[in-house]
Amino acid sequence: MAAEREPPPLGDGKPTDFEELEDGEDLFTSTVSTLESSPSSPEPASLPAEDVSTNSNGRKPAEVVLDDDREDLFAEATEEVSLDSPEREPILSSEPSPAVTPVTPTTLIAPRMESKSISAPVIFDRSREEIEEEANGDVFDIEIGVSDPEKVGDGMNAYMAYRVTTKTSLSMFSKSEFSVKRRFSDFLGLHSKLASKYLHVGYIVPPAPEKSIVGMTKVKVGKEDSSSTEFVEKRRAALERYLQRTVKHPTLLQDPDLRQFLESSELPRAVNTQALSGAGILRMVNKAADAVNKMTIKMNESDAWFEEKQQQFENLDQQLRKLHASVEALVCHRKELSANTAAFAKSAAMLGNSEDHTALSRALSQLAEVEEKIDQLHQEQAFADFYMFSELLSDYIRLIAAVKWEAKVQQGERDFEQISKTIRKEVGRFEAKRVKDFKTVIIKYLESLVQTQQQLIKYWEAFLPEAKAIA
Amino acid sequence: MEGRQEAGKENKPSSTSVDPQGDSSLQVEISDAVSERDKVKFTVQTKSCLPHFAQTEFSVVRQHEEFIWLHDAYVENEEYAGLIIPPAPPRPDFEASREKLQKLGEGDSSITREEFAKMKQELEAEYLAIFKKTVAMHEVFLQRLAAHPTLRRDHNFFVFLEYGQDLSVRGKNRKELLGGFLRNIVKSADEALITSMSGLKEVDDFFEHERTFLLEYHTRIRDACLRADRVMQSHKCLADDYIPMSAALSSLGTQEVNQLKTSFLKLAELFERLRKLEGRVASDEDLKLSDMLRYYMRDSQAAKDLLYRRLRALADYENANKALDKARTRNREVRTAESNQQLCCRRFERLSDSAKQGKTPWLRNPCHWAAYPARVPTSPPSSPELMDFKSRRVSSFRKNLIELAELELKHAKASTLLLRNTLVALKGEP
Repeated sequence: MAAEREPPPLGDGKPTDFEELEDGEDLFTSTVSTLESSPSSPEPASLPAEDVSTNSNGRKPAEVVLDDDREDLFAEATEEVSLDSPEREPILSSEPSPAVTPVTPTTLIAPRMESKSISAPVIFDRSREEIEEEANGDVFDIEIGVSDPEKVGDGMNAYMAYRVTTKTSLSMFSKSEFSVKRRFSDFLGLHSKLASKYLHVGYIVPPAPEKSIVGMTKVKVGKEDSSSTEFVEKRRAALERYLQRTVKHPTLLQDPDLRQFLESSELPRAVNTQALSGAGILRMVNKAADAVNKMTIKMNESDAWFEEKQQQFENLDQQLRKLHASVEALVCHRKELSANTAAFAKSAAMLGNSEDHTALSRALSQLAEVEEKIDQLHQEQAFADFYMFSELLSDYIRLIAAVKWEAKVQQGERDFEQISKTIRKEVGRFEAKRVKDFKTVIIKYLESLVQTQQQLIKYWEAFLPEAKAIA
Repeated sequence: MEGRQEAGKENKPSSTSVDPQGDSSLQVEISDAVSERDKVKFTVQTKSCLPHFAQTEFSVVRQHEEFIWLHDAYVENEEYAGLIIPPAPPRPDFEASREKLQKLGEGDSSITREEFAKMKQELEAEYLAIFKKTVAMHEVFLQRLAAHPTLRRDHNFFVFLEYGQDLSVRGKNRKELLGGFLRNIVKSADEALITSMSGLKEVDDFFEHERTFLLEYHTRIRDACLRADRVMQSHKCLADDYIPMSAALSSLGTQEVNQLKTSFLKLAELFERLRKLEGRVASDEDLKLSDMLRYYMRDSQAAKDLLYRRLRALADYENANKALDKARTRNREVRTAESNQQLCCRRFERLSDSAKQGKTPWLRNPCHWAAYPARVPTSPPSSPELMDFKSRRVSSFRKNLIELAELELKHAKASTLLLRNTLVALKGEP
């Protein structure tokens, strides 16, 4: 599909060269009108024109700088981010350029992407419309599944390969159904690229699943026990949710890196992936927050919005963490209950065997059976507790960490209205999605609880006549 | 912590089937109980028309140690060697509960005021439940004594029930406790010894069977009891987990400004109610299952003790026989040996008869009772102890298992209703 399009003239990179932009001095407002379907924020008070020119002129050199430093910024989460450190400059200088069109970041990526980036703008346009046509919200015709975890290799160099299957009718993809094999570091690599392109621009990039040295080592070493199968299953589910969240994002869906991830059979090994663990992001957020707080911030109405949002997300984060911790305790205790019930079932069976009164003996054996079934029930419920409830909460906690990063970046970068608009839109999208997600999962979880109770009723109803039969 | 218990029959957790109405000539109950710093004072009320007592209705206040004194008096009385002595009630133990309350008081600043109030409520309910249980255990002990035709006539029992003053029975000091502990060890060692004695053959199949049965049964019921306890504990933990969950959901609800607000608040309420239900499941399992298993664990130990005493008597009898033979060959002290042997024989037979269906019809004829009014028949006419143990056990298990199943069903149905209502409410919203 991509080959059919005629690549538009790629000028010297000046924003005005792009077709979808109207000529005009007010670069940002025109961009805003093209890209934003529902700007919710008031017009920016001032727009420093000199920044624009600096960007157009200084773009090329900034490109290279941006690339490396951006990598560094994300690579060393423990590095001190201070106001004067070189890392901040790329953000300041490059902000407007990527902000002009979301497509621009791709031109700043390593050379091998050049060929794709040329055709990208037009495709972007078309598929964007397609996507916005599909739904006014989050439903795109694309479905991702992560399945069939397979161990590749031996010993400490072994890794798990997962099958990533995409089903879609979107025209930007060459086929309607295809699958590839990916390993965990590929996912982290994808996230690293997306984050470096979009995070600082104001998009909420869904965080990748956590790394786990212990879990992976067990798998590598070949421990075939239930805890390593559990670990692999947990990871598989997390990777699936991660990809599903990512493709649901209209902007990220456009990204060629994402498409390459989903489509191409060979993917260059991603390096430097230790950077973007959830913990790493949190550390970064905190360091950046400290840096930002040192700046004097001029208050105006858009600041107020961000202040409020930031506070809101702080609170939300805190409460979600508390809830998550208590759900984790619930899962743990339910597992204990299951184990204890199984142990009791065994001893009830033994007691039934000893009992020399026939009817009582039979009733005790029945009791043992009931308890055994109940133990199974508890196990399944614990599973549901975990996958439905607990994992959702931990996903959202990490998402919110990413959102907080947005808000904090914005606090420092409030001059750049583009980001502001993007962030507001993102936050709005995030909120709507969050509401929907939570509701769906909560309803599913409650239904699982109902199921458990129904089963309990069945078991005890079967037992009651046995107890009454004791003569 | 102070607690009063107005023990009416309806709210007593009675996990054993003692039928106090069986013989209305002596009715005992614990009508009141007070918990002070480290002891519990039980008010024992007796209603009786028996001539031994000065009044028809009277009460005394007794403490746990006095119950133990009474129990030990029975155990040490040779006359009751052929009977199963009802197990002594366990010492009231509020230690764990008190510790938890204290820890809560010391405070964990991360919990909200509502959470604190709820946890305190839970712990207080736990304290009250333990209190009710200890009252029930002490009452059941007395009621079994009152229902037993032989044991109820014991002089010490009358003193216990009637004597207005403190019995001046202090708790066992360390030496006595140690002594008791050592006695138990000696007893089990002795038991092992006499059963392995080559000469000692169990003469009666019935007892052989009973012994094997009881040994195995006792071990298994003890196991079951421990594990039932753990299940109950897990249920309690689960119930407690709902407290912080409900609190967090509540805060989330109050913070939210969108459609999630009502959802979260409803969820918070749901988990609060589920907590109460889960708590009730835990306490019902405790009463109907754990407590019943525990009681019969103790009762089966008492039955084992009876068998041991009988075995001991058999061993003595055997030894006496041997001694008599020896005396006869030497023709020395034959008389003493003879009378000793007679004694041992009679004792052994008495214990055997008392334990199972008696072979001595003589004592069972009520005419002979009339002829010897002062003499307390050592072999109760129609309550063979081991048979009695079995029938008590079966009917108690039946009652409790039925009640357990019914309660579990009740709670599961209530939970389902609660969950369904919440689901309807959640789905109904935009």
